[in-house]
Amino acid sequence: MDKPIRVLVAKPGLDGHDRGAKVIARALRDAGMEVVYTGLRQTPEQIVQTAIQEDVDVVALSILSGAHNHLLPKIVNRLKEEGVYDEVLVLAGGVIPDDDIPGLKEAGIEAVFTPGTPTGVTINFIKENLKK
Amino acid sequence: MKDLKGKLIKKSMKATARMITMLENQDPSAIEILADLYSLTGNAKVIGITGPPGAGKSTLTDKLVKGLRKKDKKVGIIAVDPTSPFSGGSILGDRIRMSDLATDPGVFIRSMGTRGHLGGLSKATQGAVKALDLYGMDYIIIETVGVGQSEVDIVKTADTVVMVMVPGLGDDIQAIKAGIMEIGDIFAINKADRDGAAKTHREIANMLDFVEKDWKPPIEQVVALQNQGIDNLLNHILDHLNYLDTTNQLIDRRINSSRIEIMELMKERLMEDFIKEEDIQEDLEVCAREVAQRENNPYRASEELLKKVITKEAKNYENH
Ligand code: B12
Ligand SMILES: Nc1nc2c(ncn2[C@@H]2O[C@H](COP(=O)(O)OP(=O)(O)O)[C@@H](O)[C@H]2O)c(=O)[nH]1
Ligand SMILES: [Mg+2]
Repeated sequence: MDKPIRVLVAKPGLDGHDRGAKVIARALRDAGMEVVYTGLRQTPEQIVQTAIQEDVDVVALSILSGAHNHLLPKIVNRLKEEGVYDEVLVLAGGVIPDDDIPGLKEAGIEAVFTPGTPTGVTINFIKENLKK
Repeated sequence: MKDLKGKLIKKSMKATARMITMLENQDPSAIEILADLYSLTGNAKVIGITGPPGAGKSTLTDKLVKGLRKKDKKVGIIAVDPTSPFSGGSILGDRIRMSDLATDPGVFIRSMGTRGHLGGLSKATQGAVKALDLYGMDYIIIETVGVGQSEVDIVKTADTVVMVMVPGLGDDIQAIKAGIMEIGDIFAINKADRDGAAKTHREIANMLDFVEKDWKPPIEQVVALQNQGIDNLLNHILDHLNYLDTTNQLIDRRINSSRIEIMELMKERLMEDFIKEEDIQEDLEVCAREVAQRENNPYRASEELLKKVITKEAKNYENH
């Protein structure tokens, strides 16, 4: 309770599907985390600045629009440029084809959680892989 | 973070963010740094935004900040949301209404959970204000939780308090007025696009008739969502801050809040460091039994225990 894990749940790009992000936000809250939720249609820059100001431990990106290969590496690169990537665990979830996952991991997304993954799996992954 | 203090003086965004985290986690090294840098704070004017959940506090904050940015002022925002008493977690969603501000280099937004603290703010909010003050913000806006009766913290943390109401609160105003009405320096009736704004305006005006202060709180109808009435509201805020300055009341308010802050820190330290339950467990157990069996009473038992603890701790404290 004294040092809750802080997570930014963000929806990058022009993607209006927010049910999954809300499900994840609630599940993480119920697991005792502080979840900053920024709502829909965030640019990579908004996400990065928010992650810095909120000093989060985790950036959790939800994307169902199909633009993941384009947007997610951009966010990771900006986090690296700002010098915070080493301290922040970056995750993604949503509708992301299996074939795209290795490329995203290569780009620096630590894990990808697709539909049907129980939220407990995500929670455990976060707890075991925090960077700071 | 290495050389956190130096980085704070240089107004690093990352250091400021980390400092707030450490204050939230009650890290003693952060408190030490704040103690060292305290003389550099006190420059920012602090504006409190309070009112019931859903009244539009976050939306209004977004618009007020844009107004201040037009005047080229830098603004820090602290948005407090409730922590779940069951899980200890929280969803901090105020940023949803402030998306445009996220990339503005003259704005720093921080979301905080109450982490069990009652009173509308979190325990670390005052510290976060100091951190944003050091970061060079001209104004700091604090958005409270807005749970109704217990928004008392904001008065001692902010220089000026905006109470946000909405039309159609009806009987709620009656409930809210006790206590809550006294804390507003300015009243905003948001969602004035809805029916009943004029009625709410009259009701608040009637209640304020009983206020006997030089500063008569102005009431402004606004539509935050459509940016209507925001300039007027902002002018009232700046007028009030100016009024406090010119009548020397700003310093009086700050003396008052410092007094409360010192007392609170002393009480906290007494409770946390001196009167630890584990240290007095044996004596407490004996006393509790005696009291339950009516061989002693809680009033005298607490006095006796306190005397014992204080004499013992006074010795330790001197050696420390
Ligand atoms: C409901 C839905 C909608 C609703 C959305 C309502 C809302 N507010 O969310 C509406 C009807 C509005 C909608 C609209 C559209 N949709 Co739609 N929609 C769906 C549908 C059927 C279900 C999505 C959903 O809510 N699932 C329930 C939630 C709880 O699950 P989830 O989001 O997947 O989240 C889970 C996991 O993915 C994971 N997760 C998700 N995010 C994250 C993040 C992190 C960090 C972690 C750890 C985990 C995680 O955990 C969650 C819980 O298990 C999907 C098909 C599908 N089966 O997925 C299509 C789908 C996503 N939609 C699609 C499309 C194309 C559209 C439209 C473009 C259609 C159109 N032509 O108009 C529009 C675009 C809207 C917009 N502005 O973006 C496509 C996307 C194709 C693609 N990616 O290539 C899909 C896949 C359908 C399809 N098979 O074609 N849609
Ligand atoms: N009709 C109307 N709705 C508004 C206005 N201002 C805010 N809202 C809506 O009221 C809801 C709550 O706003 P929010 O700023 O989150 O309130 P908070 O909980 O007090 O911070 C949101 O759906 C806003 O869009 C307004 O002036 N008029
Ligand atoms: Mg709010």
